[in-house]
Amino acid sequence: MTLNTWIDLVYLLAAIGFILALKGLSSPKFARQGNILGAAAATAAIAITFAVPSVRHAGSRLILMVVAMVIGAAIAVPAARKVKMTAMPQMVAIFNGVGGGAAALVSFTSFLILTSNDAFVGKPAVYRIVEVILGVLIGCVSFSGSAIAFIKLQELITGRPITYPAQQVINAIVGLAILGVGVATVLTASTALLVVMLVLALILGVIFVLPIGGADVPVLISLLNSFTGLAVAASGFALDNNLLIIAGTLVGASGILLTRMMSKAMGRSLANVLFSAFGSVVTATGGEAGADARPVKAGTPEDIGVLLAYARKVVIIPGYGLAVAQAQHTARELADLLMARGVEVFYAIHPVAGRMPGHMNVLLAEANVPYDELKEMDEANPEMPTADVALVVGANDTVNPAANDTPGSPIYGMPIIHADQAENVVFLKRSMRPGFAGIDNELLFNPKTTLLFGDAKDTLTKLVAAVKSA
Amino acid sequence: MNVGIIELLTIFVLAAFVGLEVVSKVPSILHTPLMSGSNAIHGIILVGTMYIMGSAHGAVQVTLAFFAVLLATLNIVGGFVVTDRMLEMFKAKPSDRAAKASGPSDEGKGGSPS
Repeated sequence: MTLNTWIDLVYLLAAIGFILALKGLSSPKFARQGNILGAAAATAAIAITFAVPSVRHAGSRLILMVVAMVIGAAIAVPAARKVKMTAMPQMVAIFNGVGGGAAALVSFTSFLILTSNDAFVGKPAVYRIVEVILGVLIGCVSFSGSAIAFIKLQELITGRPITYPAQQVINAIVGLAILGVGVATVLTASTALLVVMLVLALILGVIFVLPIGGADVPVLISLLNSFTGLAVAASGFALDNNLLIIAGTLVGASGILLTRMMSKAMGRSLANVLFSAFGSVVTATGGEAGADARPVKAGTPEDIGVLLAYARKVVIIPGYGLAVAQAQHTARELADLLMARGVEVFYAIHPVAGRMPGHMNVLLAEANVPYDELKEMDEANPEMPTADVALVVGANDTVNPAANDTPGSPIYGMPIIHADQAENVVFLKRSMRPGFAGIDNELLFNPKTTLLFGDAKDTLTKLVAAVKSA
Repeated sequence: MNVGIIELLTIFVLAAFVGLEVVSKVPSILHTPLMSGSNAIHGIILVGTMYIMGSAHGAVQVTLAFFAVLLATLNIVGGFVVTDRMLEMFKAKPSDRAAKASGPSDEGKGGSPS
């Protein structure tokens, strides 16, 4: 066999490895092996690429390449190791964004290499230019979009949707400009126009993401992840590389499916999530009026401790507040304590609780909470009417009854966990501030609701002490 | 029309169906690791950046290729490490926990009055 055949064979094996890796990630039992298999497949593909003649004989560029890899690994490994579980969504957003940036650079530079070749005369084939444009466009949108999603999640700017005057007009202008420049680039094969395209795509990523906020950011990250996959596939077309096409397309397709599942969990269409500057009006009006005007019932840790200790069935509903306070271990401690007293305890997990789908599961798994104590929303809801206490730890929008009974509400139609059907509702909240979606929660004012203000970890610790002495 | 592009399109279409098929069975509790794991997989763009560096000529192309390799490495290395960290937390089995938790905990689970 020739070297090229060997290289293609390793790429084929790597592609199979990626497919099996994704399949492994579909079961808790094999997820870790799946990920390791994916990493091994990637390592093999990268190793064999060093044998490609143009790479092997690249001389000083080969050294530069290794230097870039070493720098990249030296930054990525500690960053990925040290990141807190709460910051995981931002981390995924960053790694996704740089991947999109790399794909855009590959497509762009492949065009420069193609057109600057001395042997090259005339114009590249139309399909070649289209491949390059798609790679640059999708990769850049993913890059700048992920950057904005990162700043939002890191709360460097408000997580709320950002709207500004003439937003639709500006979007239309940028969209049309991209279309126009795209057609012109195909016709002229001009590098200058491709640069304009690159800049416009970066702008598009920013204006596409700015108006998306609230509970929609997880959906957005998933979509951008899918975009990067497609950008990688486009680069694969530009380089005639099967492995890049397969890996990129796998991620693009699975990412779109995941994105759809997530928006479905919120009871809304994907288009609605992306294009309806979510909740901006209601935030301005509804937010303060309700919070100040009406009384709420605040309890002491002792009262609530007794309520929990003598309950028969307690449902813990975790949300982002649990993640922020790193309170997952304390939550488990409380649950164990209650179970030791004979109380039936389980955790009800809303699909979009926290900032990413499965965010709560990851956190609770970190605290060694076994799977059988975690119940998905659909499984948990039928049990809510028989629960004595719904203990809401740092969640808000995911238990907001407005989703069921207030047609004007921005979250109307989103499935919720029916905490309101439990006999008693206890909210552990930092403040009366509305949740991520920025809307009031009627449940807070319900007579059967008790509030305990404070950091989730502190309040849970107090509850543990109260239950012990109850 | 070039035959090569049709072959590539065939691969693209088949891979899209495989991608949809493979994740259709993922339980929602694994959505975050799945997103993170697929994020790592598209880091294979690193292979593409290596080809680009191999064929780059002149300062502009080499500089672009350098940053492409750097960004792709961040993506692939960071992606796999972060996913592994997430999944490490999933390996806890009920038996591990039973050993850590006190005995009455298990009794409580079984004997809850309801």
